[in-house]
Amino acid sequence: MDLTPISGLVIAFALFMYVLLDGFDLGVGILFLVDTRKEDRDVMMTSLIPFWDGNETWLVLGGAGLFAAFPLAYATLMPALYIPLMAMLFALVFRGVAFEYRFKSERTQQFWDYLFSFGAGLAAIAQGMALGTVISGIPVADRQFAGGSFDWLTPFNVMCGVGLVFGYALLGATWLVMKTEGDVQRRAYRIAGKLVPAIAMFVMLVSLWTPYAHPSVAERWFSRPNVIYLSPVPIATAVTLLLLWRKLQLRKEVAPFFLTITVFVLSAIGLAVSLFPFVVPYSVTIWDAAPQRKAQSFLLIGITLMLPIVLGYTALNYFIFRGKVGKGGVYH
Amino acid sequence: MDIDAAMLARLQFAFTIAFHILFPTLTIGLGGFLALLEWRWLRTGCGAYQLLYHFWVKVFALAFGMGVVTGVVLSYEIGTNFGRFADATGNVLGPLLGYEVLSAFFLEAGFIGVMLFGWGRVGPRMHFFATCMVVVGTMISAFWIIAANSWMQTPTGYRFEGGRFFVESWLDVIFNPSMPTRFLHMILASYVAAMFVVAGVSALHLAMDRPPILARLALKNAMAVLAVVVPAQIVVGDLGGLVAEKHQPLKIAAMEGRWETVRGAPLILFALPDQANEVNRYEIGFPKMASFILTHEFDGEVRGLKEKPAADRPPVAIVFWAFRIMVGMSVAMLLVAVWGLLLSLRNRLYRSGWFQFVCILMIPAGFVATLAGWIAAESGRQPWTVYGLLRTSDTVSNVPAGSITVSLALFIIVYNVLLAAYAYYIVKLFWKGPEDASLPSIAMNPIVARRAVMPAS
Repeated sequence: MDLTPISGLVIAFALFMYVLLDGFDLGVGILFLVDTRKEDRDVMMTSLIPFWDGNETWLVLGGAGLFAAFPLAYATLMPALYIPLMAMLFALVFRGVAFEYRFKSERTQQFWDYLFSFGAGLAAIAQGMALGTVISGIPVADRQFAGGSFDWLTPFNVMCGVGLVFGYALLGATWLVMKTEGDVQRRAYRIAGKLVPAIAMFVMLVSLWTPYAHPSVAERWFSRPNVIYLSPVPIATAVTLLLLWRKLQLRKEVAPFFLTITVFVLSAIGLAVSLFPFVVPYSVTIWDAAPQRKAQSFLLIGITLMLPIVLGYTALNYFIFRGKVGKGGVYH
Repeated sequence: MDIDAAMLARLQFAFTIAFHILFPTLTIGLGGFLALLEWRWLRTGCGAYQLLYHFWVKVFALAFGMGVVTGVVLSYEIGTNFGRFADATGNVLGPLLGYEVLSAFFLEAGFIGVMLFGWGRVGPRMHFFATCMVVVGTMISAFWIIAANSWMQTPTGYRFEGGRFFVESWLDVIFNPSMPTRFLHMILASYVAAMFVVAGVSALHLAMDRPPILARLALKNAMAVLAVVVPAQIVVGDLGGLVAEKHQPLKIAAMEGRWETVRGAPLILFALPDQANEVNRYEIGFPKMASFILTHEFDGEVRGLKEKPAADRPPVAIVFWAFRIMVGMSVAMLLVAVWGLLLSLRNRLYRSGWFQFVCILMIPAGFVATLAGWIAAESGRQPWTVYGLLRTSDTVSNVPAGSITVSLALFIIVYNVLLAAYAYYIVKLFWKGPEDASLPSIAMNPIVARRAVMPAS
């Protein structure tokens, strides 16, 4: 049996879990920029505290998993994305220590707040730009990255960076709608309402630009019979965005968060359709990058045994810390 | 790839990993200590254990958080800075790191929330279970990362073809010759380091005339653990030396500053190794002792650095001195552990001011020894990334020196600021002491409140 597509699915799943779960953490950090009241920020941060470490672990799985499942992709993507990845790592350090020290400080709390939102914003931009760079394609020659240090700095990639900031902010806002009440929730509703049209615009821009710039992507989407099979993806995205807009107006508490997740799922499916079978577009396929069979099967045994357990106690953690965060920052 | 970029990449990796290792070193050992405290509390119902738990879990949380944020960096840095290494070793090391994340990091992350914030949300038994899961997670993590690192030191179970490694046997890869001793060495190092922190801080509280019940209890428990782990660590270290002598003779030769292969080699106490001229300056040593330690015979033959051409030798002075600092610290720690044991046997553990003073001084001892030991082990592996097979200079990524200079400078600045913040908060926490630790959350939980009665002082 060909195990390579399964590995590909697992890595895509890990990275996607990261984007969803740390996405709302980073989004709440980004929203610190627009909600500067101390009591609000206490509540906002407390809503994340029991989860952020587990959420960030998916990023480590994405990195280490890519090394394990597609060593050549890891060996070429990482140097290609050196500057945005380093920026992301520093940003995540800032964000992480802010969690540590904010509640332990009084005079310097403003500083940690600033570091928290700066770290979250920078991490989001860096991740978005890295994603844009991957979509734009990365040259590989002789099993090494063969491009320049600043290939990642293009208008399209900057747009992806900004787009992800807005996307994470929407995840963060709908998370707060679900997990808080009172003032924080009211402000989250308002911001989420403004973010939905912005997200719709970014999704549309990326969906139009990618096939325009890469004929192979256009061929994938618009040739017959693909166009028939694939048309539900953009249609479903549009419907979900409209539904999200409506549920926010109706002041629903839970639906907006899961509808935002659905938008992310559909975008990820769209991306996968565009890029498959490349793991380093448009130079290395998942089969080129796969390790020896013995490494692949060993890794997949571990994943099969452990991933369900991991998902189980991740769910358990969310269950234990369910409910809303009250004033003064304790769980009800 | 020019040599400057390679050197910068190595410096950056060495700096970031050395900084990171400080925190797991504390959390592995301290986690075990916390599990011990919570278990004693569940068994005896004595609230003092619980108050101690609440104090030390805060220290644990700070170090755990620092370990997480600095650890994420490493999982990407292997690729960003050592891309060709990643390509060459991906078959072997990729799955080991994958297993580490799946089996250890998620376990820790899944239960750390309950461990730190779960009082009142889960029962005491579930909470104890969460603590144990976090502790097991830290140990599993050490297992996989040491397996990977040891494979780079003493590779087995592989086939080397076209510049890339292929796995022949996973058991041989994971349980490579140096893995068992190096794993034990790291775990024990963590317990030693963490227990010296507990002992030192408790001694500080005694010296400051804080209510003595909690400080005494912590000091007693820490010294009891140290009486076991310090001697055990020295035995394991010696065993590890024998494994290295067999598989990495040049590393041992560099640790001991020995240039010639000789019988009856002296144990050198002091020297300034001169790599260019292949001699030691100002050498002082014990005759025949090195041969005795390594071969357990006074006239045993031990190999010297000149067995291999100059290009295949590690940087001798760094390895030589790092090793001496580690051994020096171990001897000091052994003396303190024995002193503590003698004092407890004579019921004077809490009364000796001098002992308390020395304990306070020894707070950083375990970390100094761990860092020095890592430097000796990893510099001793040079000039190879995978010992004897893959040269470090052939493993770096195609990233220009300029980018690495900027990232390295930023790491140095940011990490030093982090260290300052960490030091500030941890000293504040130590100064405050355990008395007023988390009383509200104890009151929230009726089972806890019933039991949290201090024994009469």
